[in-house]
Amino acid sequence: MLNVYNILETIRMIQDECLDIRTITMGISLLDCIDTDIDRACEKVYEKIVKKAGSLVAVGQQIEKEYGIPIVNKRISVTPIAMLAAACPGGDVVKFAKALQRAADTCGVNFIGGYSALVHKGFSAGDEALIRSIPEALAVTDNICSSVNIGSTKSGINMDAVALMGQIVKETAERTADRDCIGAAKLVVFCNAVEDNPFMAGAFHGVGEPDCEIHVGVSGPGVVRAALSKYPDASINELADIIKKTAFKITRMGQLVGARASKLLDVPFGIVDLSLAPTPAIGDSVAHILEEMGLEMCGTHGTTACLAMLNDAVKKGGVMASSTVGGLSGAFIPVSEDAGMIDAATAGVLTIEKLEAMTAVCSVGLDMIVVPGDISAETISAIIADEAAIGMVNTKTTAVRLIPAIGKKEGETLEFGGLLGSGPVMPVKESSAAKFIHRGGRIPAPMHSLKN
Amino acid sequence: MRAVVTVIGKDNVGILHKVSGICAEMGANVIEVTQSVLQDMFAMIMLVDITGMNKDFAEMVDRMNALGSELGLSIHTMHEDIFNSMHSV
Repeated sequence: MLNVYNILETIRMIQDECLDIRTITMGISLLDCIDTDIDRACEKVYEKIVKKAGSLVAVGQQIEKEYGIPIVNKRISVTPIAMLAAACPGGDVVKFAKALQRAADTCGVNFIGGYSALVHKGFSAGDEALIRSIPEALAVTDNICSSVNIGSTKSGINMDAVALMGQIVKETAERTADRDCIGAAKLVVFCNAVEDNPFMAGAFHGVGEPDCEIHVGVSGPGVVRAALSKYPDASINELADIIKKTAFKITRMGQLVGARASKLLDVPFGIVDLSLAPTPAIGDSVAHILEEMGLEMCGTHGTTACLAMLNDAVKKGGVMASSTVGGLSGAFIPVSEDAGMIDAATAGVLTIEKLEAMTAVCSVGLDMIVVPGDISAETISAIIADEAAIGMVNTKTTAVRLIPAIGKKEGETLEFGGLLGSGPVMPVKESSAAKFIHRGGRIPAPMHSLKN
Repeated sequence: MRAVVTVIGKDNVGILHKVSGICAEMGANVIEVTQSVLQDMFAMIMLVDITGMNKDFAEMVDRMNALGSELGLSIHTMHEDIFNSMHSV
């Protein structure tokens, strides 16, 4: 039953509190595009994507109009390209990236994710060639995202891949140094990557997924913060209840949009990703929610506890609102994409060490962090290894998306613009971990009893 | 199928007339109207049946948006499903 209060609440959420659908992402399997001739494979990739997703943007715009809710991004995720590259050894893998870019241009989508390889236990044919091509692929394309899974709870951490990714991240930043190192912002290194993630840069379409499906990623940090601000004296468990109720409403909207998109596109509905995804816009910050809970600034002592509560309450509220929840689901903490995080990092209150602790209790990981340009590849690898260890031991997804600011040092900033925002260069430890990284091999999978 | 039209802004002559005029022209039947004027602020919520519309719902959204910009009002035209799904279990 409609009532005036509910109608006005929804409109206020959208108009004043930055509530939006962050993305509708179409997952497309490219397994039927595998071909020994790389040019023929690229053509099949282009044709399949355009056939499946040709009307994705138009349908997204139609739903925006129907419900009056902004859908910020329309995206596509595809089968990890390393699997296609495996069939055509010796070919120039970057051709796939160019074919994806052509498909992105034709469909008008914001991003295509899936220039990816899964190497958590080792490299198979195609994996290493794809990984080594990432710097060039991300330099010659604009809308392609890349991810590499280097570890999992069940198989441990592939330290050879960790060592390689340190070099690749640095090289990717160097290849796009003239564009604020933007390449590295489109590359993420995962432990326990999920197969149905609608968010970039880490989206790819897992092999266990159907041929084509629609995922939805919701957002709404501003709505949660506004809801909490009405209860300045509430206890923590009361705050948790308010967050649950708000997350329920936000997720219901995601469920509605996903179901509608699935019907209009005649494609099965995959999942709703219950994430609180911030943007650099004022009033759309996860850091500001934590500050609303009572922290003077995000990153100070108490931040991890507040974030743990927020993350859990979002999931509890969201799970009931959707028929199928998946993806990364939780609160994101990308530094450059969150106005409150940018302020806290600039003030020196939020450090990489604190962010690492925060990633143990929330969604994903060290995200959109700008580091000094003279950082060594080994130090990047060591940061990746630390973060992957948190994911591996805690049976959760963790990720690293670092942007080495080539030619810049602490005190300077990188400006990406748009949703990627801007980030201050954050200091890293000077002591080397090179010997550890150069050992190579694999960190064995952790045991799941005797937990302490 | 029903839609909700909300109008908020400075009171003026003929707001209700103009909004309901667009509904009538496009074959959307007005079912219910709640309206209040507090000091000089006008707030109206209108429930309309869009089943028998002779034009696309998207076109009605565009027309209402254009009217909103012309009169300096905030007009939202949304399918009722968004409110139903968000506020009921």
